This record gives sequence, structure tokens and C-alpha cells, in this order.
Amino acid sequence: MDKILELIKLLENTETVEIKEFRMDFDELELHIAPVIQETIESVPIEPVEEKTEIEEFTPPTKSYPGKVTQVKLGGGTRKTIYLGGQKALYRFEEPQPNPPTIAFDVFDIPLPLPRPIREHFGDVMEDPVEWAKKAINKYNADMITLHLIGTGSRVMDKSPREAAKNVEDVLQAVDVPLVISGSGDPEKDPIVLEKAAEVAEDERCLLSAANLELDYKKIANAAINYNHAVLAWAFTDLNMQKTLNKYLMNEGLKQEDIVMDPTTCALGYGIEFSIDVMTRIRLAALRGDTDLQMPMSAGVTNAWSSREAWMKKEEWGPTNYRGPLWEIFTGISLMLSGVDLLMMLHPTSVKLLKEVSETFTQEYKSIESKDISNWITQL
Amino acid sequence: MAFATKLMEKEASIDQCPLLEDNEREKLENLLAPAVKEIEFGSDEQKVVIGGDEVLYRYELTYYNPTALAIEVNDELPEKEFEKKINLIENISFERTGELLTLDAIALRNKSENPEKFKFKAQKLKNSKYPIILCSFNPKAMEEALKELAEKRPIIYAATENNLESMATLALKYECPLTLFVPGNLKKMKKFSRKLQSIGVKDLILDPGTFTDNKGDTMDNFVMIRRLAIENRDEDFRFPLIGIPALVRLNNTNKIENNIREASMAAILMNRYADIMILSGTEIWELMPIFTLRQALYTDPRKPQSVDPGIYEFGDVDENSPVLLTTNFSLTYYTVEGDIKSGNSTCYLLVLDTEGRAVDVSVAGGQLNGTAVADLIKDTGIEKKVKHRNLIIPGLAAPVSGEIEDATRWEVIIGPRDSSEIPEFLKNLEK
Repeated sequence: MDKILELIKLLENTETVEIKEFRMDFDELELHIAPVIQETIESVPIEPVEEKTEIEEFTPPTKSYPGKVTQVKLGGGTRKTIYLGGQKALYRFEEPQPNPPTIAFDVFDIPLPLPRPIREHFGDVMEDPVEWAKKAINKYNADMITLHLIGTGSRVMDKSPREAAKNVEDVLQAVDVPLVISGSGDPEKDPIVLEKAAEVAEDERCLLSAANLELDYKKIANAAINYNHAVLAWAFTDLNMQKTLNKYLMNEGLKQEDIVMDPTTCALGYGIEFSIDVMTRIRLAALRGDTDLQMPMSAGVTNAWSSREAWMKKEEWGPTNYRGPLWEIFTGISLMLSGVDLLMMLHPTSVKLLKEVSETFTQEYKSIESKDISNWITQL
Repeated sequence: MAFATKLMEKEASIDQCPLLEDNEREKLENLLAPAVKEIEFGSDEQKVVIGGDEVLYRYELTYYNPTALAIEVNDELPEKEFEKKINLIENISFERTGELLTLDAIALRNKSENPEKFKFKAQKLKNSKYPIILCSFNPKAMEEALKELAEKRPIIYAATENNLESMATLALKYECPLTLFVPGNLKKMKKFSRKLQSIGVKDLILDPGTFTDNKGDTMDNFVMIRRLAIENRDEDFRFPLIGIPALVRLNNTNKIENNIREASMAAILMNRYADIMILSGTEIWELMPIFTLRQALYTDPRKPQSVDPGIYEFGDVDENSPVLLTTNFSLTYYTVEGDIKSGNSTCYLLVLDTEGRAVDVSVAGGQLNGTAVADLIKDTGIEKKVKHRNLIIPGLAAPVSGEIEDATRWEVIIGPRDSSEIPEFLKNLEK
């Protein structure tokens, strides 16, 4: 089929086609010519093409889209409300987004060997998820918190769902922003951990992370339905897998507005182009009207920190204090510009910069003044 | 048909068709001209090509001609500093997955507004390793510099509303590509692009303005131009785009913050179609992510991102050599290969077909599993090559260590999470 499309593209600007050595094999051939077209063919007199001399005026190349991105509500209850998604267009100059991309600070339930640039900011609170969350909010203006229940992993500390739920309760008590509650990635443990967490967080409209095809996603979906939460649907850089997972979750009773998609974040230098491609395709599909892919998207930008370029001490690469945050910024910016609505991040410098970019998404084109740069060559 | 497809995908050239008449050739060339015109600058030996894109989104085909990266120097720099910066620019490199990533051009900026000073510094660049972008709004200064550097075929930056005709005259006289700088006004941009073309300037580069304090409008302008070029074939916009992240330095003075902001602006512009960019910072930590993002965006999605699965040998292997496992995602493989080689380690490396997925992704996605590893051990005949039965798996594959042991009956050793630690790990294992 691709070849045919290419051929059509190739022929777009040609007037006549001469086919040599034509052969066609078929069992049965039916030719349909729609009557309207037939009429047109017969009645349109051939007019000489007029030379275009007038300069056409510039008009912004806006489009209208048959579909739109669903708006997902998080929080409410006893805390602030955040809306994700809701886009009716691809670009700001067509129609600004109703909600800017949101950034959630990562908080872990147990101290982890995080890279030094992160420890410099959070080293004093890493023993206590409550203090960590509070610091992210009070000092760095976090809009949301992701609480990672890493300690529940059967190979980590094998913390019980009850212990994990206690962490969730404590953090919910201490902060007034919406929460992402994330399991450890243990397919056996995550569904029961998230179920218990969902119960103690009833009506706080958290995002349960994450359902995927490798675990008991039904349990997670039902916990979200029973206790009023949303679900993060995680697929591995595969549009069709994402579609399937979303469908399964909706079969369980979740609605579009209860799902956020995570199409997988490959970090800068470790396959970021795959994430860019799949996110771009998902967003285009949403706007074209594919109801299985119209949910907002999320990205685990923190993955950038596992790249050696971000954390490894190496003199000829310069200080990790700068290249670490930049690695996270690059990963985040690229995915934010590919349509991501929720970014999970670690470093305050990266978050600050990404927020500045995020704010632009809700502003009208030409609504703010730019500094005059017309003489930059001498001013710089 | 096959040839036509290859022509479309730029895997074949018209020159390979011997049957074309001249007029047919011209027609075909027009038909095949990319939506965004390809512009060359630099002397024949140093030629850099920008533009040439056919699609808005990488997945639809591929992006052509990686964003050219230039670093600016100004004509008021003292001699020594000037030379030092040029030297730095010419020698910056960063190796990633077997590819040496470098800069592409030097931008000489007429900060002084003085034609003599500009000419003097241009002279100094006659033997530069990279091609030049000459930045001045003063046609007199521009001509002085062009006289010195015409052979290097520099980019002229820039024609503006105020100097349009004199800059166009220079572009035609010296046969150099011309940048059209119309900050924040696409209506005027269109008008002047049309005008320049009507007087014969064919090689244009467009600068709609890099507003570092108004990133939203900057992105909108870049996207609109590229959408008009590709989807509407708007003749006034079918040219490469230049972005200038260096302009962050107009607003701030803190050096570190400037470098971080400049790099971030570069990330934004590269994601929004910049075909060439002018930066100012020369810190490697600033340039590393820029190089890496460029490498990522311009890999060809039609080419497999994987290496052949099977067995790879490093050093003088024998029956006691350790056996390591990784996946066939090319980025993963080349990273592991580079680390083994740079550590001079001797070992066998088993490469599993995970359909080109990285370790963590293929563990999660199920391609890296016990049975698959058992099959790989059988297919590679590694059991005949070594007498031990110890398999070192990536640290990120720890969750499947149990099933690999069950399926292979080998003893599984969990290796480092980052392959840079492999040489050290193997050394400790010997002890």
C-alpha cells in the first residue's frame, strides 16, 4: 500500500501518464465511474491555465480536526484540581490548549542511590517521602507529586500493601496537590499495592500507575472505578499495543476521561526518537478521531537520569551538575513538543525550565510582546 | 517502479538513469525537488548541505540533512581570544555509538559595525576547517568580508527590510546563499521572499526570529513556515530555517544559566524544524545533548535499529572466557561494544534478538525471556566454545534472571546496570 501512496504522490503534479509494457492480472474486473464525475468529465470545457501573478497574502495554515483530546481531571476532593489534555488542535496558533502540560515531581518511598545533582537538592529529605513531597512543593512549587512505592517490589523490600498505603495516606495528608501513585514495576505486587492505595485515597482522584498488558490490569481498573481515580495505561512504544490496552481498560468500565496514556519514555540518546514518533502518531490519531487514543499522555522524563551522560563522573564531559539537568531538559522538551500532557521529573532546574515552555501552550499566538532582536548582531 | 520508489526515497539518483533527454530530466528534477530546498554552502571540500525535508513528522519518512551547528565569534574579540575560540570550535567532538559528532560551521559576527574590522577577522578565517556564516546588516561590511571569503561560499546573514536589494546584489555577485531575516512577521517574510526570488536569488535561508523570551511565538512561526512549505508547497517558504539560540545571551548575564538556556532553546528549535543554528557556548556539557538529539532525530526510521543477533567475540577468547548477554537494539549493542573495547576486556557477547528493543524495554515487553535466551545459547553453539556455564546478564534484566536459569540450566550472574562498569566487573570476577 505504501508503494501505491508513493506512486500517487509521484504523479501528483503530472498532467499525463504514458504507460509502457502494461500488464494486469485479474480474475474479474469491475469498473465504476460515479455518474457525477462522469458528467463533470463530459461537461467541463478545457480552459487555458492562467498564469498566477498576484502574490497571495499570508494566511496562517490552520486546520480543523474532527477529533479532540479528552480532558482528564485529577485531584479535587480535599486538594487542588488539575486538568490534563483537552486539546482541539495540534498547534497553539490554531487554538491554544485549555490546559498547559503539567509537571510532577518524583518522590520515592525509600532512599535510593540517586545521582549527585538530585541528592544535592533532596538529600536531606530522602529518608522521608512526606518531607520530600513537602520540599518539592514548598521550595520548588511542584504542581503534582508522583509517589513511587519502590519499596513494595518483592526484590526490593517487599513492603506490604498496607505499609505502602500508609505512605500514601501520610503524603496525602501533608500536601494539597494531586498525586500519581506508582507501583514498583513488580507485576505480581503492583495490582494489590495499587488497589490498597486506591482505597485509602478514595475520592482524591489520583492517577494509579501503571496498568499494562503484563499484569492484572483489571484489578487496577476496578480499584480506580470503585474509589474514584484515574489509571495510567503503559504500553511499550507501540501504538497498537496502546490501543489494545486502552480498549481493554474501557471494557472494564473506565471511560476516556479516566485514562492517561504512557507510551514509554526512551531517554535522549537511548531511543528518544521512538518515543517522539509514537507520541506524535498517537496525538495525530486522536485529532483525526480515533476514540481509543484520545486520552492525554504522560512521560517518565526521569528516565533521562539513567543515561550515563547524565550521571557519570567523567572530567572531559564537564560537571554532572549541568549536564544531568540538561539531559532531563532535552528529554522533557522533546516529548512535551510531541504532545505530552504530564511529565514526571526529578531535578528542580529541569522542572523550572520545562514550566517556562509549558506556559506557552495556553497563550494565544502574538499575545505577548517579544523583545526587539532586530539588531542582535551588534547587541549580543 | 522500483527505481521510481528509490528516486522518491533518495536512494537512487537521476544520474543513474541513462535514458533521459535533457528536457525530461529537468521535468523530473522539478518533480523530485524536495518540499524544502536543499542549500549548500562552504567550498567544495567543506561543503555542508541543509534543508531537503519532505515531511513534517519523522515517522512519515525520515528527516534529511542533520541540523548544521555553528558557533559565533565576533569581530571585536582580541586576536588571541579569537584564535582560541576558533581552535576550540574546530576541535570539539563527542563520540557516541561509533559516530564522531562535531560542529559544522563558524559564524562571524560584525559586532563592531565597522567594515574594516569585519574584513580583518574574515581574513583570519580563510583557512578555517569549517565553512562560514557572515553576520552583518551592513552591506559595505558584508562585501569587504565576501571579497576575502568568496571561495569558501559563506552564508550571507542577513537581508532585512532595510538592506534587501543591496544584500541581494551581493548574493548574486558572489554566488552565496542569502538569509532573509524578518523577525516575527510572516506576512512581510512572504513578501520579501517573493521579491528576492523575483530578482534571481534562488538559495534562500529564512530567519523568522528566535525570541528567547517568547518561545511560543518562535515555535509557531517555525511550524507555520514548515507546514506551508510541505503541505501547501508555498514557494515563498520552501527554504531551510535558521534558529539562533545564542540570543538567550541578550537577556541574561549568568554564564552557566546562559549555557543551559541556550542548549534548551536549541532543543526547542531542533524539534521545530531548525535546519541550521547559531550558538555561542563552547562547553562540551552544553553541546553533548545537542549533538545527541541531532543524531537521534536524523536517524532513518526506515533502517533497522538493530544489529544481527548471535555471538560476538572480543579479545583473545578461549574456553574460560566469560559470556555476557545483551540485546540487539543497535544503541544498546554499540554502547556495550564500546565499553568492552575501551576496557580491553576479553569475552563472548551473546546478542539476543529483541526486535531492536533495549534491555529494560524488552524485559517489560517480554522479548527478553528464559526460552529466548535458551534458544540463543543453543543456536550460537556457545556450549561447545566454553567449558563453564556462567551467563552474565545486564543488571536491568535482573527481574528475569530466575526464568533464564530455569530455561538454560546455566548459572546466571547479574551484571552491572550500566555497561561502562563491565571491564571492572569482569576484573573483579576473575579474583
